Amino acid sequence: MNKIYLVLKREFLSRVQKKTFLLVTIGLPVLIFAIYAAIFYFSVNSTSKTKILVVDNAGLFKDTIANAKDVVFEFTKGVSKPDLERKAKNKDIDGYVVVPAGATLDDKIDLITGSKIGIMTRQTITSAIQSRLEKLKMDALPVSKDLLKKAKTENTIDIVNVNDKNDSGAKAGVSYAVGIFCGILIYMILLLYGTSVMRGVMEEKVSRIAEIVVSSIKPFQLMMGKILGIGAVGLLQFLIWIVLGVGLKLLLIPILFPEATHMMAAGGVASTGSGAEMASVMQALSTINFPLIITMFFVYFLGGYFIYASLFAAIGCSVSDGQQDAQGLQLPITLPIIIGFVIMMQAVNNPTSGLAVFGSLFPLTSPIVMMARVTQGVPDAVSWWELALSIVLLFGSFIFTTWFAGKVYRTGILMYGKKPTWKELIKWAFRKN
Amino acid sequence: MAILELSHLKKYYATQKAVDDVSFQIEPGQIFGLLGPNGAGKTTLLRMITGIFYPDEGSILFDGKKFDPENDIQKIGYMPEERGLYKKMKIGDQAMFLARLKGLSQSEARQKIKYWFERLEMQSWWDKKVEDLSKGMSQKLQFVITVLHEPKLIILDEPFSGLDPVNANLIKDQIFELARRGSTVIFSTHRMEQVEEICDQIALINLGKKVLDGKVADIRQQYKEHLYELKIDQPANQFAACDIFQPVNQTDNKMIVRINDPYTGNDLLRYFLDKNIQVFHFGEILPSLNEIFIRLVHGTNAVTRSFHNI
Repeated sequence: MNKIYLVLKREFLSRVQKKTFLLVTIGLPVLIFAIYAAIFYFSVNSTSKTKILVVDNAGLFKDTIANAKDVVFEFTKGVSKPDLERKAKNKDIDGYVVVPAGATLDDKIDLITGSKIGIMTRQTITSAIQSRLEKLKMDALPVSKDLLKKAKTENTIDIVNVNDKNDSGAKAGVSYAVGIFCGILIYMILLLYGTSVMRGVMEEKVSRIAEIVVSSIKPFQLMMGKILGIGAVGLLQFLIWIVLGVGLKLLLIPILFPEATHMMAAGGVASTGSGAEMASVMQALSTINFPLIITMFFVYFLGGYFIYASLFAAIGCSVSDGQQDAQGLQLPITLPIIIGFVIMMQAVNNPTSGLAVFGSLFPLTSPIVMMARVTQGVPDAVSWWELALSIVLLFGSFIFTTWFAGKVYRTGILMYGKKPTWKELIKWAFRKN
Repeated sequence: MAILELSHLKKYYATQKAVDDVSFQIEPGQIFGLLGPNGAGKTTLLRMITGIFYPDEGSILFDGKKFDPENDIQKIGYMPEERGLYKKMKIGDQAMFLARLKGLSQSEARQKIKYWFERLEMQSWWDKKVEDLSKGMSQKLQFVITVLHEPKLIILDEPFSGLDPVNANLIKDQIFELARRGSTVIFSTHRMEQVEEICDQIALINLGKKVLDGKVADIRQQYKEHLYELKIDQPANQFAACDIFQPVNQTDNKMIVRINDPYTGNDLLRYFLDKNIQVFHFGEILPSLNEIFIRLVHGTNAVTRSFHNI
């Protein structure tokens, strides 16, 4: 145990003391945050408005089409066609519509564009024109405006779950988001830290330090020390992120909040008052069972990490010429992670489907898939027995893969020469000694 | 009492017998040479002695008791042939880490490393990284790491490969010094001239089997071919074969002759003295270990064996 600790300590310190550690740990989330902020900023403050000139010779639109997002309609009369074409070519306008004198509401409308217009903008333009025409047609009907208005009012539909009195749309949305977030996080952890273990083992083997170390300690101790050490680095990174996250939330939310509300309004999303919507999101967040989710996160983080780290260690120790050799062997291990990710995306939408249940029980995919289900509530989305069974299977497999990797490690770490196949790896594991 | 006693040690792989019924014993304080061509099974044998592999059959007695890898490994220092270090780690930290794996406490390890670094003039290396060292320098560091926990048994697999003569001598002196202070050294190599110089006793392994063992001097006696070298004051080619000897090689006034049974060196010498021929030089030629080695190994398929397809 003491020996494992020594290896763990070396592994941990040699990673944490690197200059790049803090840079990556703090820089990466900042970078991601900055990229998102930039995308958000540019999409909201986009200055490029699509300008459509409507030459309404018939007075059909009565000089109004409600300006939609990023699209501006301007009205004029009697401009000649060559003039319009010249304007379109010079990019004074992005496109024009000519309504000939004597046109009716049922006529076809041609939109001539000067430059390529994206599919989203096309839809915006069409629906803006469409709804204006619809309104005009309705006005022409012999029905009173009040009656029309009454027919168009939307009924409120509340979805209430038997187990959960507060299963509002906002809550479903929030738990959906938290589910995807946790799933993606675990997915990234498994891939990043798993391959990190693999590279570490490979480095030890390729630099030929392995034999010196295993003449002092058992190969299994070396492997466990490495896995635990890198796991500890991962935990430290999480700790830093949590502290950073909480700090940022306390510091930045009050500053960002008014702006965020403003942005939502500008985006035309919140027509009924963004404050109320924000409050309902906040309220939904507070109803999510965070202690359970955080506990489960760590359970699946650890279980999944140990399973994959030991499998990656088994690969790392069996190849001798670095990265290229490893790639072929890696596929059967990265595949379940990716499949888990795919099932997770499906499971957030439909947490009780057969696929989701299977994915959350099968130990190679359960760390990713179960996180997406658990966030939607226990026992609504996941029954307690499913959760228990999944955890039992997870830890059972963790014991199995560590045993397997330990056996492969024993043989592999001192083997040079040709790259083994998976069949040979399995043979090594079941051979005595 | 022998420090290490191997009896009928066997390790079979799927396709070959890497070590096939090897027995020998090593007395404390000896420098023992383990010889054999590439792929003879030396490394497998050493890995069993260091507890990395378990033997399929046979037993290892360490210091009179059954070898217990878990604990006895602390009393062994092993420098494998395929050796390396953590490239990005500082040399001092590296030595500390490996010393502590051998069971030394923090302060013990620091003190021992300081002692050895001073001894081999490596004090200034502490904060350097291994990737900044030359091959010879890292070899020195590896030697220090192998011996700093004062093991009873030191196993060195090709310790001089890649070392320049100055550093090789430095290490050689340390080996003698360690043996003088009571450590036993197993020295594995296929470079015979080093063995003759350093080892008290050897075992020769080929194709997994022990071919011979014993004291270096005894072995050379055992394999002698009764060859003598003479230097006289006359052209040597005037002497043809006679009762006492046959010339093997004659150039100018030097000749190498083989003495026939049952004559001895004295008879040969008397032959020339009786003829009143001046003898400048007279001596027996004992075969070098290299010649014995080649003679014993030659003709076997030693070279074609490889260790990779376990």
